[in-house]
Amino acid sequence: MIPTSYYLALSVILFAIGVAGVLLRRNAIILFMAIELMLNSANLVFVAYSRQFGALDGQILVFFVMTVAAAEVAVGLALIVTIFRSKASIDVDDISMLKG
Amino acid sequence: MLPNIPELVIFLVLAVIAVAAALGMLASSNAIYSALFLVVNFGVVATFYLLLGAPFIAMAQVTVYAGAIMVLFLFVIMLLGAEKMKQTSHNLLWQKPLSIVLIVLLLSISFYVVLGQGVSVGSDLMQNASGYGSPSAIGTLLFQKYLFPFEATSILLLAAMVGAVVLTGVRRQRRRIRKSRRL
Repeated sequence: MIPTSYYLALSVILFAIGVAGVLLRRNAIILFMAIELMLNSANLVFVAYSRQFGALDGQILVFFVMTVAAAEVAVGLALIVTIFRSKASIDVDDISMLKG
Repeated sequence: MLPNIPELVIFLVLAVIAVAAALGMLASSNAIYSALFLVVNFGVVATFYLLLGAPFIAMAQVTVYAGAIMVLFLFVIMLLGAEKMKQTSHNLLWQKPLSIVLIVLLLSISFYVVLGQGVSVGSDLMQNASGYGSPSAIGTLLFQKYLFPFEATSILLLAAMVGAVVLTGVRRQRRRIRKSRRL
């Protein structure tokens, strides 16, 4: 069996790449994908600890995280489409005014 | 107990693919390539779930993440024609070096915590227990212990659906109504 800490290390790397995506990229869609990557790395930790403790609760939490991620993507992409309609850009640096 | 060699090789190869796909998502200038790299990453993570004894979560990962969510992403990218958005002027020039410093800090702190924990394999009993992570076991837990959160997610999904429809649909109809009134 692979030790849990190996999975934790991989998940840390994936999470850091997700943070880098949010901080370095300015395309709103890629920002969203980076957020999905971070959620995914958190899911990996949940499942790894679920195996370590022999309890299924972690896997249930992953199920809920997936549901919330799906809802978040639906609303977020709708927001991006709306912003693109009014600004003709999805660069997050361009979205600097409260009034559209 | 150290992992046996074939398992370790499989893990390392998959881990390298996952990290490479994530880096590809981060670095590629075309948003479509980023989305496809992310699909690869999700597929590899689904394989990790299978290795961790979570077949139901693995299949949900493939259908929900790699399937539904990424199709939504690709659809929006193609709808907006936003494949190649050029990186426009940076208003905050100090932001990039600062973010790199912060990422390195985050990585080092997290690795300090993870490695300080020691190498633990966890309980072996689940490997022997039949039905661990199977759909029936998940379903039993979901509909008994976690029934209320499960029902709450249905409201969340409904709210998200209504929100998405309202955000994207209504404005255009309003414009049409205004136009028809002007006429």
